[in-house]
Amino acid sequence: MIWFKDVSVTYPDSGHPTLEHVNIRIDEGQLALVVGPTGSGKSTFLKAINGLVPHFTGGSLTGHVVVDDRDTATNRPRDLADVVGYVGQDPVAGFVTDAVEDELAYSMESLGIAPSTMRRRVEETLDLLGLADLRHRPLSKLSGGERQRVAIGSVLTAQPRILVLDEPTSALDPQAAEEVLAGLQRLVHDLGLTVVLAEHRLERVIQYADEVIRVGGPGRPVTSGAPQTMMQDSPVAPPVVGLGRLMDWSPLPLSVRDARRQAVTLRARLDVLPPPSRPGRAGNGVARMEAMAVTYGSSVALRGVDWDLTAGRVTALMGRNGAGKSTILKALCGLVRPSHGRVRVDGLDPASASAAEVIRHVGLVPQEAGDLLFCDTVAEECRIADKDAHAEPGTCRRLVSRLVPGVEDSQHPRDLSEGQRLVLALSVVLVARPSLVLLDEPTRGLDYLAKAHLVEVLAELRADGHGVVVATHDVELAAEVADEVVVVAEGELVARGPAAEVLVASPAFAPQTAKIVAPLPYLTVSEVAAALRRETCGAG
Amino acid sequence: MRPVDSPRFARTLHPGAWWLWALGLAVAASRITNPLLNLVILGVAGFVVMARRSLSPWGNAYGAFLRLGLMIVGVRVILQALLSSQSQGIHVIVDLPSVPLPSWLAGLKLGGLITWEAVLVASYQGLQLATILCCIGAANSLANASRLLRAVPGALYEAGVSAVVALTFAPQLLSDAQRVRSAQRLRGYNAKGLRGFRRMAMPVLEGGLDRSVQLAAAMDSRGYGRATNTSARVRRLSAALLVVGLLAVAVGCYGILTSSAASWTGFPSLGLGGAACVTGLAAGGLGTMRTRYRASPWALPEWAVAGSGLAVAVGVFWVAAGASADVQAYDPMVLPAAPLLVVGVILLGAFPAILAPRPVDGQP
Repeated sequence: MIWFKDVSVTYPDSGHPTLEHVNIRIDEGQLALVVGPTGSGKSTFLKAINGLVPHFTGGSLTGHVVVDDRDTATNRPRDLADVVGYVGQDPVAGFVTDAVEDELAYSMESLGIAPSTMRRRVEETLDLLGLADLRHRPLSKLSGGERQRVAIGSVLTAQPRILVLDEPTSALDPQAAEEVLAGLQRLVHDLGLTVVLAEHRLERVIQYADEVIRVGGPGRPVTSGAPQTMMQDSPVAPPVVGLGRLMDWSPLPLSVRDARRQAVTLRARLDVLPPPSRPGRAGNGVARMEAMAVTYGSSVALRGVDWDLTAGRVTALMGRNGAGKSTILKALCGLVRPSHGRVRVDGLDPASASAAEVIRHVGLVPQEAGDLLFCDTVAEECRIADKDAHAEPGTCRRLVSRLVPGVEDSQHPRDLSEGQRLVLALSVVLVARPSLVLLDEPTRGLDYLAKAHLVEVLAELRADGHGVVVATHDVELAAEVADEVVVVAEGELVARGPAAEVLVASPAFAPQTAKIVAPLPYLTVSEVAAALRRETCGAG
Repeated sequence: MRPVDSPRFARTLHPGAWWLWALGLAVAASRITNPLLNLVILGVAGFVVMARRSLSPWGNAYGAFLRLGLMIVGVRVILQALLSSQSQGIHVIVDLPSVPLPSWLAGLKLGGLITWEAVLVASYQGLQLATILCCIGAANSLANASRLLRAVPGALYEAGVSAVVALTFAPQLLSDAQRVRSAQRLRGYNAKGLRGFRRMAMPVLEGGLDRSVQLAAAMDSRGYGRATNTSARVRRLSAALLVVGLLAVAVGCYGILTSSAASWTGFPSLGLGGAACVTGLAAGGLGTMRTRYRASPWALPEWAVAGSGLAVAVGVFWVAAGASADVQAYDPMVLPAAPLLVVGVILLGAFPAILAPRPVDGQP
């Protein structure tokens, strides 16, 4: 179905090829998962399938990409629209119209399909993806999961035989991701569609994959194989695979269900060991919210939040998209003023104090970390950060060097990887030495290595005595780093407590390890490994 | 008779019909300074909006336009009655202390005499402008602007797509700007002045550019531009016809709306221009194989709605050509009468309240 024959891609402004001598075949009806670190060429690989590389992006492609017997060298993306459906990273950026039904029909209108056929296909697609109730909805009023499904539907109506998706679930909360993946499952099983998708959140998708394609970055070959064999020695692996590798389970489990079956003896062993404890030591209070409510016009974002935050602890703030997580963070740093109740950070009202005063007490890294950065070079960014915070010159640069080694002074912030840019933004915020550090959805677009690094940085902040709040959908991040978990729903705090208690009890937010060893309170593979080491030491 | 031909069959009317109706009322208002008649037009437009407005967020546009209209009347009165030294009459309301102005500002004044004539004339003219604006507001309440853009002829398809994209892009840029502004505050910086602008502009522009590139990629991979094989010569011919036609239409409108221009500039020019435009659009649409999804039908109710607007415009022009005193308020100190004939003509514009089908719940 898709055939890469000795394909190399080189972009004009880079010295080395992004993809080199790729030979891959993806057969019909497969769900192929493309994995690899950020910047390794995953997106280039995906875009080569429908000819966006090189027709749209520029650069030179040698070798041949043959899709359904058509060579992309002679077929432009628009000529392949009825063979390959491509959904980019941000579905909103790809919307052409403003209502669901029109968006679904757009591709067909461009292809000149007869109106009666269009009508039928739109109805079929609405049913297939569970969008029938939304048909007249404006696109701007959809939730993240609904948008992603509309984006998939909008390319499906052209009836392509291949669907290519770039990180379809990375911006979604766990529930919405389930919806989207269930939809994709159906397309592969019922329609025999070939699906190629890239995703960092392996724990969500690996169990559905028929084939894994590993893109290793410049100089490393692109390899493919069955998920079990590819995961055996993959540098990036979801917790379920990590646990399987730790325990030498064979065959390697890819889903929680498989792993639970093999974990019977593990659970018995862990059951007699003392439960893991987290080293969190509660410090002084840094912030307090009392009966805080926030309204935007007639809609209520928060309805009465009481919450005390202490120094030296990491709190994960979880909940659906739109539950009020971001609003809590904004209220804490004074970007929104509560309509009722009050917020104090170090005794200061953040909404009334001047910006220069606020940053000494509380710092927020927003969802788009790049919003904080506006200079041409890292050095300039650091210099202005020092000036804004009235810090000694060089403070920011030293922070950057400590938190992300290997960032050059002359680099443009936009050329950094997602992970590097995030830590640069964090450093800019940390220059003012705020006692409370807030991060909004920091793992969006981060690969496993960058995430592991972020976990270390957050642990360091905790050790330095900062209070840290991380709003996140990423249950595995919360499991790794949080001392305390708070769940928000409909503008209220519905659960609050030590991470182990809250995460293990919640079906939606339980990390994979917890699901496998439930009801035991283990959250990460490393906790299980540590417990087993203590067991051997105790026995020996 | 098809179901769509019945006014009792609930559906969304073709947006073009509503716009033609509203333009008819607006053109009529452009000939009327008699405040009573303008109030009748406002009432007719409001009545139809109440009866047939769509349930989308656009549906409330009429109220906003009414408020805007009131503001226009107010501003007009203030500017003309208080600042203009000409337009004053003999019936003094109040004599304010005046500020002498240099001679090169002749025609302007600050303070001094304020007369009934000036206030009334200004409010009549303000009302006329407000009425025209409210007709446009009525069209916005009754028809979704983006549906109108979707209904443009094939030759204007590209322009229509760009307009729709722009309509969704503008709010996104605005929310980007807000996001970046708050990000600046997070760096302890209150974005003000030129330096603040630079800090804001870079991330916002980069974001906008990124999105355009992504949109272009998405449109390309969804087959945009595939179904056109119009030859370059036909395209050029179509563009030339459109430009010439539009110019002629503009000249024609000018001729009709100002009675002083030479007679040949009026209706003949408008007619020829219109014909050139239609030919140009038809030629431009020849080679496209693109199809329309659920194109809005043009059936009897559309004819009725557009026709009633047109009837009002033609009727008012016909009356004005015969006896202009019926529609103009010449002496502001005498409350003009409202001739029954003209009121009757304007009331024709209220027919869409029964002749147009009801909109369907939840459909844009």
